[in-house]
Amino acid sequence: MAVMNIIQAVNDALRLEMRRDPSVLVMGEDVGKFGGVFRATVGLYDEFGPDRSIDTPLSEGGIIGTAIGMATYGLRPVAEIQFADYIFPAFDQIVNELAKLRYRSGGQYTAPMVIRAPCGGGIRGGHYHSQSPEAYFIHTAGLKVVMPSSPADAKGLLISSIRDPDPVVFFEPKRVYRGRPVEGRITPWDQDVPEGEHTVPLGEAALLREGRHVTLATYGAMVHESVEAARLVAKEGLEVEVIDLRTLWPVDVEALVGSVKKTGRFVVVHEAPRTCGFAAELVTLVSEKAFLHLEAPPARVTGWDTPFPCTLENDYMPMTPRIVDALRRTARF
Amino acid sequence: MGSSDSDDLFEVIGPDGSADPALDPGLPQGTLLAMLRAMRRIRAIDARMMMLQRQGRVSFYGECRGQEATPVAFAFATELTDWIFPALREGAIMLVRGFGLDSYLAQVYGNDLDELRGRQMPSHYASRSVAQVSWSSCIGTQVPHAVGAAWAAKLRGDRTVTVGFMGDGATSEADFHVAMNFAAVYRAPCVLCCQNNHWSISVPSDRQTASSTFAKKAVAYGMPGIRVNGNDVLALFRVASEAVERARSGGGPTFIEAFTYRMGAHSSSDDPSRYRDQRDVDEWARRDPVAVFERYLTAKGLWDAERGAALGAELDAEVLEAVRRVESHGPPAVLTMFDDVYAERPWHLEEQRQQIQNEDQRGEDG
Amino acid sequence: MTPLASRETPQGPLRILRDDDQAPEVPIEPGELARMYRTMLLARNLDDRLIRLQRQGRISFHIGSLGEEAAIVGSAAAMLPADWIWPCYREFAAALYRGMPLEAYLDNMFGNADDPSRGRQMPDHWTGRAWNVGSVSSPVGTQIAQAPGMAWAAKRRGDDVAVLVYFGEGATSEGDFHVGLNFAGVFKAPCIFFCRNNGWAISVPASRQTASKSIAVKATAYGVAGVQVDGNDVLAVHRAVREARERCRRGEGATLIEALTYRLGPHSTSDDPRGYRKEEEVEPWRAADPLPRFRRYLEQRGLWSDADEERVTAEIESEIRAAIEVAERKGPPPLESLFDDVYARRPWHLEEQYREALRLREEG
Ligand SMILES: Cc1ncc(C[n+]2csc(CCOP(=O)(O)OP(=O)(O)O)c2C)c(N)n1
Ligand SMILES: Cc1ncc(C[n+]2csc(CCOP(=O)(O)OP(=O)(O)O)c2C)c(N)n1
Repeated sequence: MAVMNIIQAVNDALRLEMRRDPSVLVMGEDVGKFGGVFRATVGLYDEFGPDRSIDTPLSEGGIIGTAIGMATYGLRPVAEIQFADYIFPAFDQIVNELAKLRYRSGGQYTAPMVIRAPCGGGIRGGHYHSQSPEAYFIHTAGLKVVMPSSPADAKGLLISSIRDPDPVVFFEPKRVYRGRPVEGRITPWDQDVPEGEHTVPLGEAALLREGRHVTLATYGAMVHESVEAARLVAKEGLEVEVIDLRTLWPVDVEALVGSVKKTGRFVVVHEAPRTCGFAAELVTLVSEKAFLHLEAPPARVTGWDTPFPCTLENDYMPMTPRIVDALRRTARF
Repeated sequence: MGSSDSDDLFEVIGPDGSADPALDPGLPQGTLLAMLRAMRRIRAIDARMMMLQRQGRVSFYGECRGQEATPVAFAFATELTDWIFPALREGAIMLVRGFGLDSYLAQVYGNDLDELRGRQMPSHYASRSVAQVSWSSCIGTQVPHAVGAAWAAKLRGDRTVTVGFMGDGATSEADFHVAMNFAAVYRAPCVLCCQNNHWSISVPSDRQTASSTFAKKAVAYGMPGIRVNGNDVLALFRVASEAVERARSGGGPTFIEAFTYRMGAHSSSDDPSRYRDQRDVDEWARRDPVAVFERYLTAKGLWDAERGAALGAELDAEVLEAVRRVESHGPPAVLTMFDDVYAERPWHLEEQRQQIQNEDQRGEDG
Repeated sequence: MTPLASRETPQGPLRILRDDDQAPEVPIEPGELARMYRTMLLARNLDDRLIRLQRQGRISFHIGSLGEEAAIVGSAAAMLPADWIWPCYREFAAALYRGMPLEAYLDNMFGNADDPSRGRQMPDHWTGRAWNVGSVSSPVGTQIAQAPGMAWAAKRRGDDVAVLVYFGEGATSEGDFHVGLNFAGVFKAPCIFFCRNNGWAISVPASRQTASKSIAVKATAYGVAGVQVDGNDVLAVHRAVREARERCRRGEGATLIEALTYRLGPHSTSDDPRGYRKEEEVEPWRAADPLPRFRRYLEQRGLWSDADEERVTAEIESEIRAAIEVAERKGPPPLESLFDDVYARRPWHLEEQYREALRLREEG
């Protein structure tokens, strides 16, 4: 066991996979010599050289397009998009090409690869260094979408994603890259991460806290706000079951439905805007599969339907007070 | 003027400050001094803001140290009705075009004086009042916008010209390609200027493209491409003026590569010592555009160390006072967050706005 | 100041077949020359047959290669067996040349159970992994960004493999063209970018696609080699691609080839070019038809005769007829194929959706 933050855990996963499998490589803007603007690929250039830790020209479409070609030929690229906000120049290659290649070629061609992208707010990044675009990709058949919330999961999920036969969009919540919020302040991670081989299977949610009254599903940075909210309302006797989805798609539907059947109440928390956000899908799933168990309307606690602001970002994100409010209302309904 | 061979570098001011009279645009003294003042003012602001960033009073900053000549030359080469589409290093054009310093700095603080209402990060300057369009952060996206606006001006029969800026890294994006192509096909009255400052964060410009120069890329689109010393404000002024004139008179677009160097870090979040050799930086420091221009003015008898020191003190004081005033402002009101998403607030934003309002009231009650 | 592009001294496109139908010696075996011609004839006949099938409502769509056979077959023939081809959508003749059976192509045209893509794609969106042929995708230009990745992967593995990627001149306006060529230049990828400049992107003439002097000159912007070739001269196309292939082998990186040709037919069966181009424009190109041109050359060399033409045409016609008969009789793919190949394994939600579709089919 070792204490690592998410960045170090990602770095560890990449290094181990690159050592294990010579076809694995990392590519992207500034990932080589510099080691990435968030330092996630530090040291890989020195250990594996410029052909496996590749600085590309500044073009997301080029990064994903060429990665598709590489993966088709048998390499395993892990492409970094410097910020999730900059994934859109590659949108066509991801949605029209990567996601559909297996299907359109009748399984003859596949392009297993991982696209890593730091996402989410909380660093005063304004419109273009803060977005959470997961819903666009969950909506696209053929992609798997993953978002860890802790160092151990980041490592285990990233390794599983690299080994997965399907393309995985791996979002990393950058707000908790180096620590998690404790009483409102980002405090360095103190959790242990298994050293060496460590995988977390895709498609399995984690139960972070058991409870009888309300099921709360969330992922990424909002896991920490949610756990804090659950702790606060526990003082009022409200027992919240907190589920960290980890793999957003295909989602662990059993964990979700099983829990709601027990609690009868459902709250989803995410940073992305509300309308057509992933919460809408989860609420529908639960309504379809556990309708008769529901005792209150499911609630969504999300970013507002505005572009992500800069100065007012903490008013935008669904921080603990807003989650507490939703939990209380749902419980009281 | 200049050379149409895109591998050549057009220059006016020599290393000793002398200028070839055949190339010197022959600007009046007042203009020359105003250009120097503008360059020094940008530098003074950058220095102050970087210091405040380190003190934690400013969240982020992208300075343009070493690249002041380009924004200043273009500010002087364009008319106020021309439109500017800046990238990270050209935001100060609007300052040179007369935008007030307090409002300018408010855009760094994102406070209630900021006409952008704190929605953007620092160093993303924009104001309709000076026809400077808001830059997003997304590399390269503004270039097609500049072309579209120019094309619109042409369709409308206006004499407006637009200028779109980008870094060398931006030329790798698809948006560069589509913008250049549309500009040439529709003969849009625009000037597209790439500041080749040798770096895109940690990636050197020779890893950006295998083309021998950036100016050469113009060939692929059938438009003139000119490579100019980006540390020579007079060379830039000449090239920019002629390109703007060509665009205005129906001659179509021009692509300009300003060959320069990013003296500072990419931004306040960057540490260039990890990827570049200090000797290169020192080498370029000798070609500092401000120093080069001061040598030229000194050779003409228009400048000396004493005047230089006085100007420095004056600008520092101006910036310091402005910072003091701007810092007294608080953040924008929370409810402004729901404005400007659409022209009018639809029902769902009205609901969400109401929710915040209720929370605030509860907060005050409790 | 003169715009740079206008200072270009155009050498004129590379040509080998002269006006008198003779040519200097070419390094292609006579048997291979005949095979190239046969494939061009096959393509010509197939186009004709498929257009009729579409009019009869037996297939939904066809996008043909009429007039572009020399560019397509000449380029495919210049590649080596271990090389890869990334198609646009008009290059079924390249796939057939590389050995993809006619039946496999027609299975896609009918979208039947044996279609490698199991009827998921439109007609003319075939896939041929077994012959190192990529998979056709509709969005214009996307393959241009992918091919250099594959080429670079091959280079990194130490394989002597090059990638030939096809596209039309319309695609050069897309971002993927730019990023693909730029990456290939920076990474010195063994990649051959083959632009069929057939004069039209549906209704838009090539002159409205770009203001540059040529497509080939765009290579300058990426530091790669650029070559313009007479695309109706199958020998010149072969030479240009073979030389580019040699550059790949020598580690000199990518080449952009512009083949000047002409789309003699409509864009596809859904198009009627009379709405946007005049017959007078097409006439000279009909006269430059690459098939008779190549045939005259072969005849001059004694490699082809009227009797060969007659015999091979009859062979081709019966092959096509037989293959259509087989392909048309095959049933549609099974319902579950709709839910397969989305992922390596069917996840829970697709399992659910499959069961729902099955129930509806059984009940309905
Ligand atoms: C689409 C997009 N991708 C990545 C980034 C992250 N990023 C910000 S600045 C930058 C480098 C820009 O280099 P260049 O265009 O040369 O301009 P310079 O900063 O040197 O002036 C990168 C990669 C971004 N802002 N937008
Ligand atoms: C991204 C995209 N935009 C538009 C279309 C519709 N479309 C199909 S083919 C075509 C023209 C392509 O022209 P060109 O690249 O010159 O190839 P050609 O058909 O002439 O061989 C267009 C516009 C498309 N398939 N994909």
